[in-house]
Amino acid sequence: MRVLFKLTWVEIKLFIREPITMVFTFALPLIFLFVMGGVFGNTPDPEGLIFRGVGPIDYYVPAYIGLISASIGVVALPVHLTGYRERRVLRRFRASSISIWAVFGSQVVVSLAISILGALLLIAAALVAYDASLPESPGLVVAAFVLSVLSFATVGVFLGAILPTTRAAQGLGLILFFVMMILSGAGPPREVMTEAMHWIADATPLRYVILTLQDPWLGFGWNVHASLVVGGFLVAATLLSARFFRWE
Amino acid sequence: MTNVIEVEHLRKTYGQTVAVDDVSFQVNEGEIFGLLGPNGAGKTTTVESLQGLRRPDSGHLRVLGLNPQTETATLRRRIGSQLQESALPDRIRVWEALDLFAAVVPNSSDWQLLMEQWGISDKRKAAFSSLSGGQRQRLLVALALVNDPEVVFLDEMTTGLDPAARRVAWGLIRAIRERGTTILLVTHFMDEAEHLCDRVAVVDRGRIVALDAPQGLITTHASDIRVIFTSDYPDLSWLEELPEVHRITRNGPRIEVEGSGPVLARVAAALVQHGIVPSDLRTEQPTLENVFLKLTGHSVHE
Repeated sequence: MRVLFKLTWVEIKLFIREPITMVFTFALPLIFLFVMGGVFGNTPDPEGLIFRGVGPIDYYVPAYIGLISASIGVVALPVHLTGYRERRVLRRFRASSISIWAVFGSQVVVSLAISILGALLLIAAALVAYDASLPESPGLVVAAFVLSVLSFATVGVFLGAILPTTRAAQGLGLILFFVMMILSGAGPPREVMTEAMHWIADATPLRYVILTLQDPWLGFGWNVHASLVVGGFLVAATLLSARFFRWE
Repeated sequence: MTNVIEVEHLRKTYGQTVAVDDVSFQVNEGEIFGLLGPNGAGKTTTVESLQGLRRPDSGHLRVLGLNPQTETATLRRRIGSQLQESALPDRIRVWEALDLFAAVVPNSSDWQLLMEQWGISDKRKAAFSSLSGGQRQRLLVALALVNDPEVVFLDEMTTGLDPAARRVAWGLIRAIRERGTTILLVTHFMDEAEHLCDRVAVVDRGRIVALDAPQGLITTHASDIRVIFTSDYPDLSWLEELPEVHRITRNGPRIEVEGSGPVLARVAAALVQHGIVPSDLRTEQPTLENVFLKLTGHSVHE
């Protein structure tokens, strides 16, 4: 426990010292928020045809919270872990009996801490700039948030466990991130996208993370189907990480 | 004396390459034991197997009476490890690394003191990536000692250190041994093995070719002392008749006489007798370098 605690604290500091992940995690969602806010404002479509009938910013705030967890899960975490393996940091940890559970656990806790910070920052900006609505069901939103972040964190650990190099992690991570961002609910509203785009979106975890967060946020209740898919990713990624993890 | 480390018939192959062919040795408690040999001789594979970082193909291994394969977790808490080619996160600070690794065991060493001893306390807030090669190396050695280990594995610990820092490191290693810690040192530096080790195993191509105290190795395998002087005296055949002299090599005016025992005194006396009084008469003692060359037929740097 002491090692997990120390390692987590060090990892949080390392995360904050890494400018690229800081931009991806904190700045990018904020930039999107202001761009979308500038384009659409926060007035609901009068006919209720797009943005699920709610104000665009109210639609995007939970979506971007999902996006923060996705950027940690598919970009920051895999790049970090593959870098550790490549530079033989993991080997050094292993020789000093720092277990894989401490390594994995610290990454999951870091993801949670960083996501909370990112989400608070985003909510504050949306409140100040666009007078956005707060969650309709705060308790359910917190549960959805924790589930979503844990799910993407384990996906990140899984990618970090199986990808051979930092380059591979960066390449794959960025492709996954941008495809998910544009198609899965954080880009243009789903209602204006084509059938083919829907298929792709429905195959990505971010789609379900956003639904899990958005439904209780907007007062549509808990999305059982989406949350089961998110939970499924969590369980599968955890099992596969434990199975395929390599120290070197 | 107790055997802290036992290795019997260790063998490890990587595909077609035989890294360790058949290695056996014991390390006594409180000893500084050296594995000396060129890169690729199998030294690192041997020590990494002893730390449970590699799975040997065959052989019997014990460290502190524990099996590195099956009792890995218990073992790793009691040993210290400085691995060749390992690193820390770029942006981790010196004190953070020490603090983290100290957390692994409950009664760890005072890392503030270690930082001072190894001369990195003025770098305590520096990021790992900003350290020089020598500073990194010293931090990695300090990390190996932070859990107050009973056995320390040091793999090429002075690589990257300048000569002065190496001397300091040797002094610190001796100080660690004074506390009763057993040290297994992997090195390709002859002088390091000679100065530091109680016993040295000379490793070449996955096998131990000789094992003894450094002086013992020298006496057994390279006992010849070289007496060197310059002279243009044409015929020195009378020197060869001295029983202590084994060989004479002439290179222009430079003459090298190889021999054993009191060869210097005999040669000097004979020279004076023939009216030769060279002003540059000196001797060269054999070193482990000569031992290595004799045992393996090649230099450690090849």
